[in-house]
Amino acid sequence: MNENRVAIIGIGMTKFGELWDYSYRDLITEAGIKAITDAGIEGEDIQELYVGSMSPGLFAGQEHIGALVADYSGLSGIPATRVEAACASGGLALRQAFLSIKSGRNDIVVAGGVEKMTDVPTGAAMMALMGAGDEQWEAFQGITFPALYALMARRHMKEYGTTLEQISEVSVKNHYNAQFNEYAQFRFEVSLEEVMDSPPVAEPLRLLHCSPITDGSAVVILASEKKARELKDEPIWISASALATDSLALHDRKSLSRMDSVILAAKKAYKQAGIEIKDIDFLEVHDCFSIAEILAIEGLGFCKLGEGGILTEEGQTKIDGDIPVNPSGGLKGKGHPVGTTGISQAVEATLQLRGEAGKRQVKDAEIGLIQNVGGSGATCVIHILSRG
Amino acid sequence: MVKGLASYWRLIPQRYNLIGTRCKNCGEKFFPPRKLCPKCRRAGEIEKFKFSGNGEIYSYTIIHTAPEGFEFQRPYVMAIIKLDEGPWVTSQIVDCKPEDVEIGKKVRMVFRKIIAGGKEGTIRYGYKFKLVD
Repeated sequence: MNENRVAIIGIGMTKFGELWDYSYRDLITEAGIKAITDAGIEGEDIQELYVGSMSPGLFAGQEHIGALVADYSGLSGIPATRVEAACASGGLALRQAFLSIKSGRNDIVVAGGVEKMTDVPTGAAMMALMGAGDEQWEAFQGITFPALYALMARRHMKEYGTTLEQISEVSVKNHYNAQFNEYAQFRFEVSLEEVMDSPPVAEPLRLLHCSPITDGSAVVILASEKKARELKDEPIWISASALATDSLALHDRKSLSRMDSVILAAKKAYKQAGIEIKDIDFLEVHDCFSIAEILAIEGLGFCKLGEGGILTEEGQTKIDGDIPVNPSGGLKGKGHPVGTTGISQAVEATLQLRGEAGKRQVKDAEIGLIQNVGGSGATCVIHILSRG
Repeated sequence: MVKGLASYWRLIPQRYNLIGTRCKNCGEKFFPPRKLCPKCRRAGEIEKFKFSGNGEIYSYTIIHTAPEGFEFQRPYVMAIIKLDEGPWVTSQIVDCKPEDVEIGKKVRMVFRKIIAGGKEGTIRYGYKFKLVD
């Protein structure tokens, strides 16, 4: 089972936010330098790199990000690959880097994520994001991403009696947690009333149920077991890497009130890691819209389908709760530079497992799960990280 | 995104008349149309199938922040409609107040303008749905 384990030996990320003076290359170079420094390696040690980026072509007119990143990192010559699965691009880059080491071909591989979303007007950014859905049969009709999640929220409320207050509590909690994250875009609290009274975007969802448009990058350095033990006293291990897909369009799903890709990827991940749900100490999940966190904790099996709202309302997902969810502030509080998000989740999990998360530290964190979703659930990537 | 007219033109029959497909092998009907049956794959045999346009609202949302080209319609209702023949379709619900829309209400297809696209303002038409009294 643990033959040729893969470890995270270095992490780095930029501040998340509207970073007017940063471009794609500036962002990932800054995150990369931090990660390499943290790993205690040299550029020459890096054998390959994968970078997750959702839509640099539409956000900045720039494709070919793999070679660009290698070039501006001073690593030209090494194999560099951009991977894309909409908002799950980062998680997918992590998985590709993991597999690259697992295959035995490489000992040190970089997994990065980068997105620069504020170089275009909001309308153009929204249109780029809609590419994560079905362009022909969803976007053409005039639907938006908040609206797709609103359709799921409406069914969840109808089938299980989930309330808008319960969904709003996700935003309240994640904003609270983000205060303690120096990288977060929104380091301030919001009240339940403020969430409920924020302007409607796609009813029942309101502005403060939606993650923002964000610039940012995150990088992790992965190493084979042999290298990791040479370089680090306490590397963080990746004990599972699972990927599952579902129909691209929401209207082709079996249900709107659950995400089958999450359920499927979670099953695979628990089996790979050889653990049970109760062994997991915290979660970083993909709350692109607050209903998505409820769908995530249900799909991952932390409660029965339909009970995610209750779990949240009871405070069990707070940092000091039974199962802390999104101690980083999540996508809502920390920000959501789409292709970066999956990698930034790995950065947060590593900080938590090292015990370096400061005021947002989850007590005695030994095992963490990170869950990254593409589109309205067509892709789900799950990784399980552990200390031992 | 502004695209060439061909991308719109090639789907005119499907969008004007709700023409999807059906797999002769397993009987499954598809809207949006599929050219490969996901269940039978190469063993399937696909033929055209015209949907009745009748269905009911499975879920809906009222959109206030609209994509480019749809701003003037705000607020508008977007729904997933369960067609009588089985498939679900994403479409607007029109000719009613947003507060009249409920899960389970019966709807039927209507032919409408979707968007005026590109610099030329070419009008693109397609299906929307309205409540059945």
